[in-house]
Amino acid sequence: MAKTVSFISRRFGKYDPWSLSEYEAHGGFQGLRRALTMDGYEIAKILSANGIQGRGGAAYDMGRKWTQAKDVKAPDKCVVCNADEGEPGTFKDREMLRRDPFQVLEGMIIAGWSVDAKNGYLYLREEYSHLQPLLRNAIRQCEEAGYLGENILGSGLNYRIHLYSGAGAYVCGEGSALAESIEGKSGRPRMKPPYIKQCGVFHLPTCVNNVESLSLVPNVLMDDEGFYKRQGTPECPGTKMISVSGNVERPGVFEIPFGTTIREIIELAGGVTAGHRVQLVQLGGASGCLASQAELDTPYTYKDMKNAGLTAIGSGAVLVVDERTSVIGFLRMTQEFFCHESCGQCTPCREGNRHIALLLDKLAAGTHTQKDIDTMLKFAHIMCNASLCGLGESAQSALLSAVEHFPEVFEVKKEVAIR
Amino acid sequence: MSKVHIKINNIPLEVEEGTLLIDAARMLHIDIPHMCYHPDQESKAHCRLCVVEVKGYRKLQTSCTMPVAEGMEVFTDTQKVYDAQVGVLELMLADHNQNCLICPRNGSCELQDLCRRFNLLQPDLPDISSHEVVEPDNPAIVRDPTKCVKCGRCVKACTEIQGITALSYTKRSADFKVTTAFDLPMAETDCVLCGQCSLVCPVGAIVERDATAAVWKAIHDESKHVVVQVAPAVRVALGDEFGFEPGALVTGKMTSALRMLGFNKVFDTNFAADLTIMEEGSELIERIKNGGRLPLITSCSPGWVNYVEKHHPELMDNLSSAKSPQGMFGAVAKTYYAQRVGIDPADIISVSVMPCTAKKYEASRPELGRDGRPDVDYVLTTRELAKLIRYEGLDMKNLPESDFDSPLGTATGAGAIFGTTGGVMEAALRTAYEVFTGETLPRIDFEEVRGFKGIKEATIDLNGTPLKVAVAHTLRNAEELLKRADEYAFIEIMACPGGCIGGGGQPIGTTNAVREKRMEALYRLDASLPLRKSHENPEIQTIYRDFFGRPLSHKAHELLHTQYHEQPTVSKL
Repeated sequence: MAKTVSFISRRFGKYDPWSLSEYEAHGGFQGLRRALTMDGYEIAKILSANGIQGRGGAAYDMGRKWTQAKDVKAPDKCVVCNADEGEPGTFKDREMLRRDPFQVLEGMIIAGWSVDAKNGYLYLREEYSHLQPLLRNAIRQCEEAGYLGENILGSGLNYRIHLYSGAGAYVCGEGSALAESIEGKSGRPRMKPPYIKQCGVFHLPTCVNNVESLSLVPNVLMDDEGFYKRQGTPECPGTKMISVSGNVERPGVFEIPFGTTIREIIELAGGVTAGHRVQLVQLGGASGCLASQAELDTPYTYKDMKNAGLTAIGSGAVLVVDERTSVIGFLRMTQEFFCHESCGQCTPCREGNRHIALLLDKLAAGTHTQKDIDTMLKFAHIMCNASLCGLGESAQSALLSAVEHFPEVFEVKKEVAIR
Repeated sequence: MSKVHIKINNIPLEVEEGTLLIDAARMLHIDIPHMCYHPDQESKAHCRLCVVEVKGYRKLQTSCTMPVAEGMEVFTDTQKVYDAQVGVLELMLADHNQNCLICPRNGSCELQDLCRRFNLLQPDLPDISSHEVVEPDNPAIVRDPTKCVKCGRCVKACTEIQGITALSYTKRSADFKVTTAFDLPMAETDCVLCGQCSLVCPVGAIVERDATAAVWKAIHDESKHVVVQVAPAVRVALGDEFGFEPGALVTGKMTSALRMLGFNKVFDTNFAADLTIMEEGSELIERIKNGGRLPLITSCSPGWVNYVEKHHPELMDNLSSAKSPQGMFGAVAKTYYAQRVGIDPADIISVSVMPCTAKKYEASRPELGRDGRPDVDYVLTTRELAKLIRYEGLDMKNLPESDFDSPLGTATGAGAIFGTTGGVMEAALRTAYEVFTGETLPRIDFEEVRGFKGIKEATIDLNGTPLKVAVAHTLRNAEELLKRADEYAFIEIMACPGGCIGGGGQPIGTTNAVREKRMEALYRLDASLPLRKSHENPEIQTIYRDFFGRPLSHKAHELLHTQYHEQPTVSKL
């Protein structure tokens, strides 16, 4: 039986998230105090040494990101905490914000110190509006205690955190669409270059990090015993917050060591719904790959997943689907999601999604021909290769991985007679 | 700028750092397919047609956004590139109302060109385009969203060139569309009907309101005397439609074509431009001498007039009350000319050929008519005239040359340069100087107000009286200039880039490079003419002697001047 660990979730339920003093009593802001004795490059080096990859989905080396952000020469920069958590089946950021909000803010302040930013923006998805009072309270208490504002803890750091709410668009989790949204514009991704790190929110160099990534920072800085690095596998050390949902007995958020298998993860959540068996598992949200029974013993690490044809740890979502839902039925649902969430700017994503949806309808009805399958895959690849942003690029991950892991559902049973 | 060395399809190229790949490829005579890219606009990277492979990049890159870098190796013709480009084209086509044979842009459509280029014979995708009925919008511009390929060129033209943003994007995914605020008809929005959107639209989604059929019918109505006037900027642009080099001056062939089409008289708007100078120049002098409201701002550009009425009603008294040349011509044709030839004005049909869509709206203004009839009955854009010439089956390239008819066909170089930014200013200065000082101009060319610069300024010495003037083209530049309007006595503003030579009714393919050629052509024409000052035009002298008496006379006011009215806009709701 796999075990969960408590590293960044260790304060969950241990203190009143409305109370800064309780956070401090549980070791809060020690990470910041230590960070303020170091320079940004040293902090980035520690992140890299711990092998931390960004938790938002792209899995970018976090130390490298912060080094690059620090390298940018500009009179003003900003930090964004991406709390848009829009991938279906992902809710670990919500738990971190809800149960340990000060930890997220501490991570954001350290980020500001590390990359020389003056402002941090906490971009909260609209569906989490109920967390706004809690987060505003946390920001206010931090301001009152001098963790935010002028000359923070005598370090010379001037830094403020602003809470921004999204308006419900999935694509605003994409860094440049998020920047547009903060600026008050429609949330549509920008073309790149220029990249967010050079020209982001209000045209300032911007360092965007996920809630979980930022929550890790103060903990890793205070991890003198190397607890974090001892977790997981030698190749992929550390812990990961995952959201398990779907047809399981006890859906929820778990902090697991990397290397836990998918099967063990399902066990953690109480196993598949009684009386049923796993049909498929979608990993990393709607833009993630589908695993079949055959992949259930894959260890949950970046490399093992990739080797198994499951490119995404992505958002850390683990959506378990039992045999009551067909693979094609599931793909149609995923497709419906992207048909709704595409921003519509670029041709491959705007048009490709709806054509693929129509072709999936044919598959569901069993009226498809081999030509339909070929057309569907042709346009799925065009979306991957030619879309403007990550949404279009990854929208067909589920379909393309399904072709690999569930080839039988794409077989053409009989050619439809043409009269 | 330093040079870098790249290879495109293994062909080495030395090119300035920062050049976009799509432009670099053009230097090697390779046209990378594109839709949203436009040479005069910032890149958008929406259409995804211009993707190429760049060594070292996993993903395809859009050549309209990627600048060259030293050692870069680019491939524009791999299977992967081809598959993506044709796939994107198929996606676009499937969402495009394919009634191409009855589309106003049939034959001048970039989507059509691409389908032909890629020999797209059997697309894999079904036609899922919408065929909703399109409601007519306004007298000037017609939008057909079922044709829109969402390239965003119109939005950029409206936003970045004109600073208006009457068009923008709304909704998302398959519902994503280009539209006006609250989907209102364009006339009710901030739109000034300049038509720059129609000029950059690659397909038939935004076009001028067609008047060719009505004009054809009028020409063939035996009971009507049909006269036509042609704006100065048309003669240096019409040739583009028939394979002439950009900037080719085709006046003589154009007048022949108009005659062969059956117009009873072929007149020149340049004559009316000279008349405009007489009135506007006199108005300027009067305002300076009598302490009238300054700066005086030109009112020839109907897009600009709409802009003032919608966005700056406080400046309506600064606008010259002189009608535009089109308006003056219309009034003269149905009064002075009708009297002179003894035809009942009710039997005269007055047609104008304009480089402009807003002129269609201008002609519909009640102030520009008499006895319930408009002074100008129909307005054709340059594009529509080309359609009529094709309809008639004329071989434009080989037509004989002919002259304009008398009496409204004689014009000076001053009238000719009305077609370019700075031209009205220069024409006005030539006349105002001589009338104000009573002396002959020592130097006729006012180089300071020429050229493509967005805002130009000059101080003219009127024999001791300094006259500070400024010129702006595009409404964005106009807005910028208005911030310091108080500094000047006289301002010329043209709504379109380059002035009328770049107007919204000009041939498709009008880019800034083409505009500059037309500008040169108009200045060449001016320099070649024996008369270059409006007040020296003998027909102008005749019309004042026989009809108006003098500039700003009672009769001139009645026929040649107008008033302005505030127009509602959505941004004031």
